[in-house]
This record gives sequence, structure tokens and C-alpha cells, in this order.
Amino acid sequence: MNLTLKIWRQKDASAKGQMVDYKVNDISEHMSFLEMMDVLNEQLVNSGEEPVAFDHDCREGICGMCSLYINGEAHGPDRGITTCQLHMRMFKDGDTITIEPFRAAAFPVIKDLVVDRMAFERIQQAGGYISVNTSGNTQDANSLPISKHAADEAMDAATCIGCGACVATCKNSSAMLFVGAKVSQYALLPQGQVEAADRVKNMVAQMDLEGFGNCTNTGACEVECPKGISLDNIARMNRELMKASI
Amino acid sequence: MATLDSKVPKGPIKDKWTDYKNKINLVNPANKRHIDIIVVGTGLAGGSAAATLAELGYNVKAFAYQDSPRRAHSIAAQGGINAAKNYQGDGDSTYRLFYDTVKGGDYRSREANVYRLAEVSANIIDQCVAQGVPFARDYGGLLDNRSFGGVLVSRTFYAKGQTGQQLLLGAYSAMNRQIARGKIEMFNRHEMLDVVKVDGKARGIIARNLITGEIERHSAHAVVVATGGYGNVYFLSTNAMGSNVTAAWKIHKKGAYFANPCYTQIHPTCIPRSGDYQSKLTLMSESLRNDGRIWVPKSLEDVKAIREGRKKPTDLSEDERDYYLERRYPAFGNLVPRDVASRAAKERCDAGYGVNATGEAVYLDFAAAIERYGKEQAKIHNIENASDAKIYELGQAIVEAKYGNLFQMYEKIVDQNPYKTPMMIYPAVHYTMGGVWVDYNLMTTVPGLYCIGEANFSDHGANRLGASALMQGLADGYFVLPYTIGDYLADDIRTGKIPTDTKEFDEAEKEVKAKIDFFVTNKGTKSVDYFHKKLGKVMWDKCGMSRNEKGLKEAMAEIKTIREEFWKEVSVPGTANEMNPELEKAGRVADFLELGELFAKDALTREESCGGHFREESAELDGPQKGEAKRNDKDFAFVSAWEYKGEPADAVLHKEELEFKDIELKQRSYK
Repeated sequence: MNLTLKIWRQKDASAKGQMVDYKVNDISEHMSFLEMMDVLNEQLVNSGEEPVAFDHDCREGICGMCSLYINGEAHGPDRGITTCQLHMRMFKDGDTITIEPFRAAAFPVIKDLVVDRMAFERIQQAGGYISVNTSGNTQDANSLPISKHAADEAMDAATCIGCGACVATCKNSSAMLFVGAKVSQYALLPQGQVEAADRVKNMVAQMDLEGFGNCTNTGACEVECPKGISLDNIARMNRELMKASI
Repeated sequence: MATLDSKVPKGPIKDKWTDYKNKINLVNPANKRHIDIIVVGTGLAGGSAAATLAELGYNVKAFAYQDSPRRAHSIAAQGGINAAKNYQGDGDSTYRLFYDTVKGGDYRSREANVYRLAEVSANIIDQCVAQGVPFARDYGGLLDNRSFGGVLVSRTFYAKGQTGQQLLLGAYSAMNRQIARGKIEMFNRHEMLDVVKVDGKARGIIARNLITGEIERHSAHAVVVATGGYGNVYFLSTNAMGSNVTAAWKIHKKGAYFANPCYTQIHPTCIPRSGDYQSKLTLMSESLRNDGRIWVPKSLEDVKAIREGRKKPTDLSEDERDYYLERRYPAFGNLVPRDVASRAAKERCDAGYGVNATGEAVYLDFAAAIERYGKEQAKIHNIENASDAKIYELGQAIVEAKYGNLFQMYEKIVDQNPYKTPMMIYPAVHYTMGGVWVDYNLMTTVPGLYCIGEANFSDHGANRLGASALMQGLADGYFVLPYTIGDYLADDIRTGKIPTDTKEFDEAEKEVKAKIDFFVTNKGTKSVDYFHKKLGKVMWDKCGMSRNEKGLKEAMAEIKTIREEFWKEVSVPGTANEMNPELEKAGRVADFLELGELFAKDALTREESCGGHFREESAELDGPQKGEAKRNDKDFAFVSAWEYKGEPADAVLHKEELEFKDIELKQRSYK
């Protein structure tokens, strides 16, 4: 298929960006979206132009590096996947595809489609851990049974890949799905409960400091989340925060 | 010339590590505050090492090329992590895990290292559970296990099909705690471009800030390289796009020997390639072989009909299918080790039985498992005379709970529903057992320079068993390096801060800058990927699943030619002082072009078949093992450690003879 791409180009963080049109031809429907971008970049390199910078690494939907906003949707039109798992069979010959970076005040653009997600790092550093040193002398893993239900629910929350699609898709640029997932994972496990109150307070405080917005329950984040992280996690975070504040 | 001293402690194998730990030098907590350690790479090995060293009190500087340590490619490991817990009571023990790993590695690993790995494996699970890693549990609340290829016990712990992700997030959370305390200084989006030696010791690195392009100097009392494997030398592999050999290769060029480069794991269950535009391959976890049965049609007519779309795989009756692993290896069946399974798939496809358009695919079929689980569930739920549809529904739910994310991934890529029709799979490059040579302390041949995780060569011999990579990464980082590095650093408590304004740093930086300048000013005509793909084709065709003398000699010559053309014709757009992904790739491919040639040379030198390295000249000619790989313990029971001498073809071979005192050398039989 032949496509027209409208891509956000921005030289660096301080430059003013703009949308630029490109054409790519003979794209196979079996290609992944990023392979289509590779074709474009090869074309640009061969004609001496600078290729489009975009983040990507594992290309199997787990590292959370890729981050495109495609036709107005984080990770594009398909559901339950990251951009690297999006395939061109979702598009038609002659389509025009708009490709932008994830946009949020807390995610400044570094170059073209690459954004800075250090805000997520700082939130995790504020409390996204259980304080246990490495010793090899912790208690035997089976000495503390954890109900399958709690373990499974913690796992569902823990599958968050930290890509930032929830923020990019939220009209308030809220990071509550991301923070809620981490808070929930630990709140659901006995190991995490010792520090639960401090954790949720510190992580939420950092989240606010970074300039993320609040949740107004539209649920868009849950729809766009490549890992299907549930809105329940936001409710659980709020409950944990309430508990911690009383 | 450094001599190869493995520094394996004396004494019985089961006491070596404990006795050794009791006797090595320690650094007191007050002195640790004055010692800096650089950790390059933040996957399972680097991340766990950085966190633990910081907990101990050292000042750690950690480097990752991604924007967060959480994105290292350990995250993509799916199936699980081995540990000799014997929770299932099925006869597992430290010795058995040790034995399986040495046997699985085709007797080409160092016994003492492997025993230590097995010994600390149980601690890893305890540590991870304490960190909040949500491993799978059974209804009683205890940890669940699954089995993996090449072993007869269930010792693999897992978190759905995302075990690597959960373990890495555990190490990442431990890092975050130390970053918050200021004990780890994290350098995201930085790439190490050289190591700096002062008076023969590793004392720092030169790194490039990938956002600004700035070249930075970082000093430390010791440097730890944990940068993963070099599977991307094949261009197509299951590695991440950015996975590279650069750090390992740069230290090789500065004196670290490179061991067994030809030991590559070609994983049997990956999604087959679909076209020339393909950028990477996707693994389907080995855990699928627990429940999936691998087959191709028995008759070539059926193969043809399937390829032409006239028949569907589900149209074939049991009699018309060749479950070739079950046929050839009745004892292990679909759970033979990876190298054996991969070669068996290649054998069938080479004989014309491949089931897709390219002829390079076999089926992995879950119908039998779905039926088996369905019947079991019907019984549990007291459903009498359940219909086929009901059984299927019940069984599908179980398979979905176990492998749901993998099935979804497959469906998104291939556009077929693997619950209804068998998956198509084919082997792909996945892991490299070879790597930087290290001694028992995980130190390279350069003092103060350590190498851990997949980047080193030490534990997996010529073939790695499933669920052992995660085990080794975390064992090295959490439980081995933090002890052994202290022994070395105990001599450095009076050294003081290492200055970076010295001639050694000047020279290293100058060299790095010169190379970058070359790339951005060269008036070439071809993209970096052009050369990478060309290299990858030579590697796959001539250094792939089977190798022979003629092909390997050709590979060496061809890679040299590609390398020479690269240095004339490569074209890198953009400038040095900005984010420039093409420039990053150029540096990495330049190193792959050197490693590739050494790889072929190593494969050529090893005139035996062992593990992932299959030399066509060395196969059993008759008897019950006819056609299987033939190892030659008399002449090749050694580690090949290569010393850099300029051109890869001029590398000098040093041999570390392998001694097997606790395990008898036997032909590896899975029949």
C-alpha cells in the first residue's frame, strides 16, 4: 500500500516543531508500524536527509520504550498493544497517517517523536519499592502464603510497562493509572504493606510535583493502556491515600 | 600476556563458595563510602549489581542506553527462572540443578561456577519474593512451578509469561531506592564507548550522552560491564533493537579476553520471518513446549496442499502428522533442550516439510493440551458428559491463564488465532553463551574490570537451558559480584578519587571522538543497516545452526570485505552533537563487523560439535545416535579465550582446560 505520513519534526527540546509530510510506497500489510518507519528512515538516509527519531527497543511490546501518538491515539488504532506491535494491516492503501509524540507538560519533547519520561522515574524513586536489602537471608519464599487471588491481582497491576500512554491519552495528562498500578501491586501483597502509607503519600506528592493532572474518571487511559491496567487501580490508590491520610 | 587463571578455590565443590566467602577480604563500611564503582548496563545482572553494591555502601554510577533501567532487554524474558527449591518434592536439589546445567551446556562450562550458581539459586527466589515480585501461586497460596526443556523436574518459577519483566522491575525498584538515597547516580540515555585503564587497571569509562552528544569522562575504582549478549550480530534476532556488543568489544580491545564467541543459542520457538523488511524476531516462550506438541505433516503432498492453502493443519488426522521430537527423543519428547529442538526443526524444513510459504516453519499445536485440561476441569467441576465444545471452552481458559499474553502477541503479529489453529514457529538467534572471559571472581583479564550476566561466558557452556539466564543474571548481580569485588577493592581503600584529567582519559576520549567525527563526515553512499543486514546474512548462512569448514572460511573473508566496504561507504546523516540514532547504530555495527569475524574464526577452530555449535564434520555416523552431534572431549574440553591483536583474524587463542571432577563426561542423550 501507498501512504502519506504527517510526522512531527522538532530538532531539539528548545526548537519549534512542525508537521512534515512524507510519502512511503509498497508497504506490506504484514509489516509492523515501526518497520514501516524503518522504510521511511532508510529512504531519508539514502537521500541524505535526517531520519525521524523515535524511541523503540524490544519491539515485542514489553520494554515500554515506544511511544507514538498515531491518528490521535496513543499506540495507534489497535487495542491492547504498543506501537511496535501495531501492524500495517490496520491501515488502508491511500491512507494519511498522523504521527506525533506523546504530548504532556510533564513529557517534554527531546527530538522529533522522542519524549522525556524522567518524571515517571522520579515518581518510582519516591517510593516504588519495598525496603529490603539483598542478603540471601530473607525468609523462605514459601513461609508466607499469599492467596492466589491477591497474587494474580498484584501481577495484573505489575504488568504496567511505564510507557506513558495513559498520560498521553488523558485530557488532564494524569499519571494516576501509572502510579495506581505500582501502589496497588505492593498494597495487595503482605510484603508491601509495611510501608504502604508512606509509599502512597510520597508517590502521589511526587506525581503532583511533576505537573501531572488529576483524574476525572473518563476511563480513556484504561482503553488505551497496552497492558489493560484497570481503573480499579486508581480507586485503590485513592483508598490507600485516604487510609494513609487519616 | 596475561595467563588464564580461573582462580577456582580448592576443596570439595559443595564447600568452595562458602569457604571462599569466609576467607576473602572485606571493605569496612566507612571505607566503602570512598570507593566508586561504575556499572554499565542495567538489566537483571547490572541492575541487581548496582542496587546491591549501593546497599553495601559503595558509590555507584550506573549507565543505560535506554531512558530507564526498566527497559533493558531482560524485560522481555518470558518463561521463568530456575531455582533448586524442590518445592514440588520431585527430587530436585542443588546438585541436580548443577548437573542439569553442566549437561545441558554440553560439558563446556566451568564446574565451580555452575555449582555456585545452583547454590545461590534458591536465595534469588526468596529475595525476589521479599521485593514484591508477584510470582504465580497455587490455590494454597504457595509458589507454583513449571517445567522447562532439558530437565526432568519442575523447578521453574514464573510470573505469567512475563517473568523477566517482573524480576527486572524488582531489581529496578531496588535501584530506585538507592537512586533516591543518592547511592546510585543513574545515567540514562548514555552509551559506554570505551574503558579507561590506568596502570593496567580499569579506572573509568568514556560515555556519550545520547541526548546532547556530549562525550563524558567517568572514573571509578572498578568497572562492571553487564551489557548483555551479541545476538544482533545476526541482524535478525530476538534481542532488542539496541542490544549490542560495543561495551564488551571495547574492553576486549583493551585487554579482556573474549571467550567462546561461536556459542550461540538458536531458540526453537520463534515466530517465523515474513519478509525482507523484518526488523527483529519474536520469541514464543519455551514454556509453551510444556503443553504444545511440535509437528509437521508426514507427507510432502500435505505440505504442498497446506502451503497452497488447499488444506488447513487442522484437516490432518493424527496419523498424518509427524511429531518428530516425540518420535526421535521419546524420553524428553517436546522438552528436549533448545539446541536439539532447533536442529530437529531445521532438519525437517531442509527436507522440505516446512509449512509456510518460505518453507521455514513447523507447527506448535495446543489442541491436545486444551482437550486434556478441558477434561480435567470438567471432572473438577463435576460436569458429566461434557460436550466437545464445553471441554474446549474449559481447556482454553486454562491455556489462556497460563500463556494468554503469548497467544495474544502471536495473534497480533501473525493475524491467526492460535487457540483454533496451531502456531507456526521456527528457530531464531536468541542468546549468546559466549562472552567476555572471567575468572571465578567474575573479573576479566584486566584487573578491576568485571563482566557479569549474558555478557560473560561463564555458566552455560555451549548451550543454555531455559530459565537459566534470569537465574545467572541475578545470581551474578545479587549474590556473587558484591562479594568478589570487595576482595579486589580492599586494596583500594587508600587510593582516593580517581582523577579524570589525566593522559589516559585524554587518549581514550580522543580516540572515541575521532571515530565519531569520521562517521559524521564520511561521504559514503550506504546506510548502516545495509551493512548490518549484509553481515547478518553471512552469519546466518555460514555461522548459523550448522557450520562447516568451507563456510566458516568463506564467512571470515566475506565479513572482512564487508567491514572494509563499511569504512569506505557508510553514510551517517546528522551531526555528533545531538541525538543521532544512526550514529549510535554505526558505532555498534562497526563492532559487530569485527566480532563476526572472530566468531567465525572461533567456530572454525572448534572442530567438534557441542551444544549450539554444530560442525557438520563432527556428527555420529551410525548407531542409535546416528546424525546427532558428536563432541570431542579429548581434544576440545577447553574454553577458547581470544586475545585481541588488531585484526580479528590475528586474535591469539588461549585455552582454559576444563576439569570435570564432580560430573562424569558423557554423551548428552535425550532419547
